[in-house]
Amino acid sequence: MTRERPVPARGPVPGRRPVPARLRPSDVLRVGASGLRTRPTRVILSALGIAIGIATMIAVIGISSSSREQLLRQLDRLGTNLLTVSPGQTMFGEEARLPTTALDMVERIGPVRTASATGAVGTGVRRTDRIPEAVTGGLTVQAATTGLLTTLEGGVAEGTWLNAATERQPAVVLGSTAAERLGITRTGVRVWMGDRWFTVIGILKPMPLAPEIERSALVGFPVAERLLGFDGHPTTIYERSEEEAVEAVRAVLPRTVNPENPGEVQVSRPSDALAARAAAAGAFTSLLLGLGAVALLVGGVGVANTMVISVLERRREIGLRRSLGATRGQVRVQFLAESLLLSALGGVAGTALGALATAGYALSRDWPPVVPPWAVGGAVGATLLIGTVAGIYPAMRAARMSPTAALSTA
Amino acid sequence: MSVPYSGGGDARAVGTPCDARDPDTSCDARDPGTPYVVELRAVTKVYPGGVHALRGVDLAVSGGELLAIVGPSGSGKSTMLHVIGTLDRPTGGTVRIGGYDIAGLSDRELSALRGRTLGFVFQQFHLDPGLNALDNVAEGLLYTGVPRGDRRERAAAALERVGLGHRLAHRPNQLSGGEQQRVAVARAVAGDPPLILADEPTGNLDSGAGTEVLGVLRDLHAAGTTIAIITHDMEIAEWCPRRVRVRDGRIVDDRGDGTGRPAQTMKEVRT
Ligand SMILES: Nc1ncnc2c1ncn2[C@@H]1O[C@H](COP(=O)(O)OP(=O)(O)OP(=O)(O)O)[C@@H](O)[C@H]1O
Ligand SMILES: [Mg+2]
Repeated sequence: MTRERPVPARGPVPGRRPVPARLRPSDVLRVGASGLRTRPTRVILSALGIAIGIATMIAVIGISSSSREQLLRQLDRLGTNLLTVSPGQTMFGEEARLPTTALDMVERIGPVRTASATGAVGTGVRRTDRIPEAVTGGLTVQAATTGLLTTLEGGVAEGTWLNAATERQPAVVLGSTAAERLGITRTGVRVWMGDRWFTVIGILKPMPLAPEIERSALVGFPVAERLLGFDGHPTTIYERSEEEAVEAVRAVLPRTVNPENPGEVQVSRPSDALAARAAAAGAFTSLLLGLGAVALLVGGVGVANTMVISVLERRREIGLRRSLGATRGQVRVQFLAESLLLSALGGVAGTALGALATAGYALSRDWPPVVPPWAVGGAVGATLLIGTVAGIYPAMRAARMSPTAALSTA
Repeated sequence: MSVPYSGGGDARAVGTPCDARDPDTSCDARDPGTPYVVELRAVTKVYPGGVHALRGVDLAVSGGELLAIVGPSGSGKSTMLHVIGTLDRPTGGTVRIGGYDIAGLSDRELSALRGRTLGFVFQQFHLDPGLNALDNVAEGLLYTGVPRGDRRERAAAALERVGLGHRLAHRPNQLSGGEQQRVAVARAVAGDPPLILADEPTGNLDSGAGTEVLGVLRDLHAAGTTIAIITHDMEIAEWCPRRVRVRDGRIVDDRGDGTGRPAQTMKEVRT
């Protein structure tokens, strides 16, 4: 070192008040992260609280969104143009009946593309004649017109559907649930209906829009009237029309089916139930969401606690920084940045965890996994809010610390 | 705001410390016409609880001086250093640092003044154990507005200056006590402040390491930096060209020309 070493202008310029330099954003980040780097265990533990809260909320929202998406896609596939007509009640509160001509009348409505009918038959279906009549297993026997499968856009899983020939014979097609309950997996076996054997010729695929068909054993109208004492009155008429004409058809159906007593006719749209379920699935369980919020709150308290301890432990560092020229504002910013980084760490981990849980659950149920972007945005927002709120008090404390107290040995 | 020294001189002259590197410049600290780097007038400090740590201190330090502030424990040395270092405000009296009356400056402005005018060296080094020597020194420039790349460049130069150019990547726990304190000195001088304040810089070191650190301070002084060393080690005090004795919050003795050269080594003092 020589005495001639050139020295640039030093110290303050007289006549001007000293103005502190601004911290660059990158330096704020670095200084905020420096406090985390030296205490990794504590950082992970306090970020974990935030992570659990965020993960819970993301998973709750994600899973219900996935379930909703799945129902909406199903609805899309099944269509919303199916209407069912069933008897209501008479003016005197008795069960009404649909006229036997009802199906013909419905088929005559212009926009109706296809219509078919089922009629409840008063007997049960049993695996053998040795099971008592009273045990029905929740299954019903129904007469069905041969067009039913077309109208419902259903399919056969096993065997065949009723045709012009088999609808006159003691042949039966089982709905998916009925087959399952009866323990029947293949055609050719016989079941006991009324007081005689019927041969199973087909098993249907599931029908989400007509769960009552899934629980039925279906026979032809003619054989039902001939062998099972069926009165020929349909109990449900299924009808599909052009999508745009659904409301118009719905309006004319009661009068068409029963001109004398249109009030005794009930019309409903099976897809409405699915749509309602989809809407309900979208409205996530508020209880779980509340749990996530509580976890998040606890996580925020944990971050605040960590920050307070950090400030107390780092009195000397704070004093040193003040002696190096840090203003109170810069100390405050440092600890706020640290708190924000801490909770952001939890937020990122929680979002990843929640998305993973959503994907795992959805895929295990064959749902399309959906994490709505607004949920991720909300998680980021919540994280920043928590980081700020949790950091304000510790940061103020750090900034208020006197530089000498912070540097004292004691 | 400019506060010219009451004894004379104009605003421009204040804060242009006389240059010890130039032997022709007169740097007599007690010349009222000379601007001082440090000027305390009737400074008192009463701590809450009624402890009178300073009871009317008058002290003027010119640019380029090397002085020791000595006194028994509890005499008020550290308090004085805190007041000079603008880390604490006096209860009474006037404090001027680098030409500024600190009573007229806000906390923000004092911070800026510290960042640019003052370098501190503490008894317990205060290094960040997680950073290597280079980054520890560079951290000293964080609040000066210099970009990071330049900070590290200047830090390397400062470490070179204290003889640690070969230890840039070492962490504090990989350095000896003397080396750690030299890193702390490098941090204090990296921004090239006109005034270095050292509170017991060798208090935690054995005499060999202490000598190393004093050697570095001597070189800095030779390069023109004003240095105040607080110590209760009489040997170190004798080594300094100017010695200010403090007792019970008062200056009881002040002798020597601060711009003089210290003994080349501590050994010269001892013998
Ligand atoms: N923050 C404080 N609050 C109250 N009293 C204080 C405070 N700091 C110092 N003192 C008191 O002020 C007096 C001077 O203290 P100071 O630290 O300046 O002494 P010192 O000369 O540096 O001593 P040492 O050589 O032991 O470091 C002492 O009596 C001390 O107890
Ligand atoms: Mg002391």
